Amino acid sequence: MDLLNALIALLNFVIIPGMAYGAQLALGALGVTLIYGILRFSNFAHGDTMAFGAMVTVLFTWLFQSWGISLGPLPTALLALPFGIIACMGLLLATDRMVYRFYRAQKAKPVILVIVSLGVTFIMNGIVRFIIGPDDQRFLDGERFIISARTFREMTGLREGLAFKTTQGITILTAVVVVIVLFWFLNRTRTGKSMRAYSDNEDLALLSGINPERVVMITWLIVAGLATIAGVLYGLDKSFKPFTYFHLLLPIFASAIVGGLGNPVGAIAGGFVIAFSEVTVTYAWKKVLTYLMPENLAPDGLVQLLSTDYKLAVSFLILLIVLLFKPTGLFKGKAV
Amino acid sequence: MNPVLKNTALFAIVGLMIAYTGMTQSWNTALVIVNMGLISAIMALGVNLQWGFAGLFNVGIMGFVALGGLATVLMGMPPTPGAWSAGGWNILAAFVFAIAAIVVVVVVRRRMAPGWGRALTVTAMLIAGFFIYRALFDPGVQAVEAINPALTGNLGGLGIDRGLWVVLAWPVGGLFAAAAAWVIGKTALGLRSDYLAIATLGIAEIIIALLKNEDWLARGVKNVVGLPRPTPYEIDLQNDPAFVERAAGFGIDAVTASTLYVKLAYAGLFTVVLLILLILAQRALNSPWGRMMRAIRDNEVAAEAMGKDVTARHLQIFVLGSAICGIAGAMMTTLDGQLTPGTYQPLRFTFLVWVMVIVGGSGNNFGAILGGFLIWFLWVQVEPMGLWIMQLVTAGMADGSALKAHLIESAAHMRLFTMGIVLLLVLRFSPRGLIPEK
Repeated sequence: MDLLNALIALLNFVIIPGMAYGAQLALGALGVTLIYGILRFSNFAHGDTMAFGAMVTVLFTWLFQSWGISLGPLPTALLALPFGIIACMGLLLATDRMVYRFYRAQKAKPVILVIVSLGVTFIMNGIVRFIIGPDDQRFLDGERFIISARTFREMTGLREGLAFKTTQGITILTAVVVVIVLFWFLNRTRTGKSMRAYSDNEDLALLSGINPERVVMITWLIVAGLATIAGVLYGLDKSFKPFTYFHLLLPIFASAIVGGLGNPVGAIAGGFVIAFSEVTVTYAWKKVLTYLMPENLAPDGLVQLLSTDYKLAVSFLILLIVLLFKPTGLFKGKAV
Repeated sequence: MNPVLKNTALFAIVGLMIAYTGMTQSWNTALVIVNMGLISAIMALGVNLQWGFAGLFNVGIMGFVALGGLATVLMGMPPTPGAWSAGGWNILAAFVFAIAAIVVVVVVRRRMAPGWGRALTVTAMLIAGFFIYRALFDPGVQAVEAINPALTGNLGGLGIDRGLWVVLAWPVGGLFAAAAAWVIGKTALGLRSDYLAIATLGIAEIIIALLKNEDWLARGVKNVVGLPRPTPYEIDLQNDPAFVERAAGFGIDAVTASTLYVKLAYAGLFTVVLLILLILAQRALNSPWGRMMRAIRDNEVAAEAMGKDVTARHLQIFVLGSAICGIAGAMMTTLDGQLTPGTYQPLRFTFLVWVMVIVGGSGNNFGAILGGFLIWFLWVQVEPMGLWIMQLVTAGMADGSALKAHLIESAAHMRLFTMGIVLLLVLRFSPRGLIPEK
């Protein structure tokens, strides 16, 4: 029995990575859920929007690196992030003007908008690949660890090391800040309130003089910010590869639906539910259990419930279970 | 213009474009396009059944296509000697146990009163069941995968590899896809349309993940090669003096003649399948059943009020459409002669088929077929065209400049971009497609 070491191993391999991944999913799911709430369709292009914002950030990071500008221990990407967000805002506003507005005016069925968003996915994917290519890109610099496993071991004298990567710290911190700002905006400002009113009841909101085009525009701007931040954080934490963002679509949608589509609180909760289930189910528990169990009972195998390749299957299963037993999600979402 | 004339003209144009490829590039290239065009047309027919007839939004086509591919392996490859006795029965027992366990859990859940007691019992049973299942499953998998892993390491199939019997794998592929579609449809249909989209997107990814990782089944990313084919092998034809003589009679050398012959044989087989499916789909479209489907599509509430079981009909057509995609997937794997799970990409196998259906004309079977051929032709030819455009654009730039190299290298990514533009343009300016529904 070695509770302390078990706890450290758990923190190191499950809780910290789960928190970081959950924060990334939550930011992505917030974007999906906002679009669903205001524009009333599931935006399949969200993954590629993230890829686009992240790509612009990567390009600016390289530019700054070539100029010798850096943030010291922090990644330069943080400095480039605002430029990525601005570019992404431009792209989304242009897409809305050229593509979505037409269908909005027509009052097209949501499923048509979903198909249209598929077309947008194609185009964005093409643009990203065209500009930066389909390969892995590294753009992380600065200090790699807040605490590395070795310093932690030397500090505490424990057998287990605890590594806390800078990117994980930044991810969690940024997510907290972004979520606070977003909720302050939605709940306290006039524009935020008009957005919520529009989402709750479109006709009533129109009657009370809310300008729908303005609400839609602000939604796209916020979504661009959220998508770029989520995309950059994911890229910093793992690596930037255009195609992975498309694959993120499933866990992101799962998070948004599990939480209840259209509900921002639900999106955050959903992100963490999905992230922690993926991490716990695919983590090999042997190490933690060896510390916890008496020596003669220590497990022989890896005690890994599913191989890591089935991460997607986990988020999908959670999604199915929630849909079957609580179709509007954990927090009450809306149904169109 | 008379619609019949217009549609014939559209098909003729696509035919001419392919024929032009044949004359300027090579007839082999043209036949490759025709064969994949036939398969694409069948996939589009399946999706058209779901979307055009019933308004179901399925973005999991890739998964059903891959399941069809799996069927060709399980039907065509010879059984691996010793694999069944080594671990095959273990794996089978694990599956039987898993199904039995799920049935027991469902029964227990129905019998017990709702509350914490039931939730705990069910969860405990599920966890225990999972570990027993793994205890049965894992040794079997290890034993099977240990058998000659460089060549087999899987269970193998039924070994049906004689001549036309190979074709039996195609309907089996349809059955596999239908079974998967039934499970998905049972859970996700009847919920909102977006949920079906997400569910199908997910199941397709999971099917591919299974194919990639379950080596005992179809060797995973080690790929299965040398699948049996219903057509003769080129090398046998070249060694057949009668064939060489006939080829010489046409004035072509034996090698070219043999490749053309094999491709034509495939084209013949595929055309037969396409015609059968087209006739069935046309009959379905014009039958009372087809009218009911369109009534449900156009107004679910009204149809339900008229006593139509909307969910059951949706399930029915979802299974049928997916089965057609499975058949097409099996045909494609037979044509390729190999199953390579790593090559299944959603953009290529799901969204491209969607572009075909929408561009061709959703709700019209002929439209779907036209879209299948046209979009497949574009998909193949956009790359050389993109390269040509890029060379034109960069012609003025200095050789060796980084931008020029980058632009020419990126020409390959023009495909996705073009398909997206085509889809959006058609949706915007001609939402009913090239051959609209009547």
